[in-house]
Amino acid sequence: MGIAVEGAHKRFGDFQALDDVSIDVPDGSLTALLGPSGSGKSTLLRAIAGLEDLDSGRVTINGKDATRTPAQKREVGFVFQHYAAFKHMTVFGNVAFGLRIRKWDKAKIHDRVHELLNLVQLDGLAERYPDQLSGGQRQRMALARALAVEPQVLLLDEPFGALDAKVRKDLRTWLRRLHDEMHVTTIFVTHDQEEAMDVAEQLVVMNQGRVEQSGSANDLYDHPANEFVMSFVGEVNQLGDHFVRPHDMEVVLDADDRTAEGLVQRIVTLGFEVRVELVLSDGTEVWAQLTRAELQRLELREGQIAYLRPVQAKSFNGSSPSDPDGASTPLGSHDGGDAGLPAAV
Amino acid sequence: MTPTAPAKWGLRGLAFGYLGLLLLAPVGMIFYKTFEHGFGPPWEAMTSPEALHAIQLTLLMVAVAVPLNTIFGVGCALLLVRRRWWGNGIIDAIINLPFAISPIVIGLSLYLLYGNDGWFGPTLTEWGFQVLFSWPGMVLASIFVSLPFVVREVVPVLQEIGTEQEQAASTLGANGWQTFWRVTLPAIRWGVAYGIVLTTARVLGEFGAVTIVSGSISGETETLPLYVAKAFEQFQEEAAYAGAIVLALLALTTLLLMSVGGRRAKVSSNPVPSVAEVPVPISNTKEGS
Repeated sequence: MGIAVEGAHKRFGDFQALDDVSIDVPDGSLTALLGPSGSGKSTLLRAIAGLEDLDSGRVTINGKDATRTPAQKREVGFVFQHYAAFKHMTVFGNVAFGLRIRKWDKAKIHDRVHELLNLVQLDGLAERYPDQLSGGQRQRMALARALAVEPQVLLLDEPFGALDAKVRKDLRTWLRRLHDEMHVTTIFVTHDQEEAMDVAEQLVVMNQGRVEQSGSANDLYDHPANEFVMSFVGEVNQLGDHFVRPHDMEVVLDADDRTAEGLVQRIVTLGFEVRVELVLSDGTEVWAQLTRAELQRLELREGQIAYLRPVQAKSFNGSSPSDPDGASTPLGSHDGGDAGLPAAV
Repeated sequence: MTPTAPAKWGLRGLAFGYLGLLLLAPVGMIFYKTFEHGFGPPWEAMTSPEALHAIQLTLLMVAVAVPLNTIFGVGCALLLVRRRWWGNGIIDAIINLPFAISPIVIGLSLYLLYGNDGWFGPTLTEWGFQVLFSWPGMVLASIFVSLPFVVREVVPVLQEIGTEQEQAASTLGANGWQTFWRVTLPAIRWGVAYGIVLTTARVLGEFGAVTIVSGSISGETETLPLYVAKAFEQFQEEAAYAGAIVLALLALTTLLLMSVGGRRAKVSSNPVPSVAEVPVPISNTKEGS
């Protein structure tokens, strides 16, 4: 059950949008497709919806092969980044669209639409037109429209991408809660790792048309399969072959055999967190994440020399950057162990 | 940079003066001349059997050519914008033909095709169809000259609205036909309406092509523009001016009907201004991925 994609390939001219992609989305789960632009995440989502035909591969929705089923018959709810609101219809008309297509009777449509508008907190605005709504309201209307027909799965393509930061955070929390109530299998596409970690139970990280790794937010953060995942999910510094999270960078004032010397270039205080930017003797720029208390204890100033000691570092030497099978990447980690900083740095 | 007040008024004056001299003065002159001696003479001229027949025939041209070109135009625009295939470039070029060719040449080419020595003429005559010097030929000419307007108006609107609304409709279970009637057509209605106005105006005023294929037989194949031209040549100035006025009024009526219909549609889509909400810029960003 749920959604499965096996061996999906899709090419647009010279551009390989999907290169042997397989994913498995458990029934009732909330999964994020995470990746930079051009990674194929939207194409994959559109292929699941039937809005894009695959060159090869299979899409299974709730146990049924849907590869050749047109979008119209897939019973998916799809939410677009730019809302795709029917501008000539009221909010009511938009939400009722799928029900009118299904020839429900008027009274039933009325009840169902108001039930959904209640759910998305737009009940007072049923007679408004989309261009009289804010972005957040339009997106909630689009969500109500998609949910009205009781889809088997809900697909959201960068649903909060066009909204400002505050509204985006509110909607995220709200989507999370909505999913807890409705339990409809949901996939949403995002390029924002924080958003993905905040909302989704399962993350699928994509890059250049391939799945790099999938798993829970913690799995990906603690056991990234490769450099790409490590640097895309969370912040990272590169020291030679090693990758260190900024919060795993200890800043000390005395050198020993496991430290590297650096010049403090900039100290940025972001509330509780402090970002210390250093440049190493070989010119590498790195940054360490400290708390305000640590900064005060160290009495660091810009322009002084300090020493860095990585508490934990990873190396992906010898492991290929992505799984050659492209199959649902196992959660196994390619953890380079607790290697310290090499003396070479 | 904001222009200074004198410059602003100067520019406005120039615009009005230019339009006034080139457009309003000649049209105004016609009105003046027509009603110089009251409503009686033009009324008399326009209620003669020949004039009434000419009006009827002109309206028949509009009634046939405009719906056909509207249906063809919308379908063709959908083909050009929504389906990408190798034939699009050719279709696009062919559609512009009526803009590029002089109507008189269009008339001549129809004459050659449907005349007694033409490709189709003899066969059609055998089957009992009289195309030339009869209304079918005139309808053909009218369709030919006014064919590009709806396509040209609808294509940019279709490009502008994009495909997302149509895709949304399909994920909600709508088939192609339902999507067209419920989503696409309402979204392009302005382009279609404007295309219809232009097509109607063109068919009403068509002279060159129709002159050739109709033979301009008074009371039989004479449309209003032909009637006006003939009246003018025969120094029946009152009839000529009155006919011109009727033509102008017909065109104006179409324009008015469209803008009234359009305004009603617009009012119903904006009943109250946006209030108490964070203004959101309308995003026209096209998605690449």
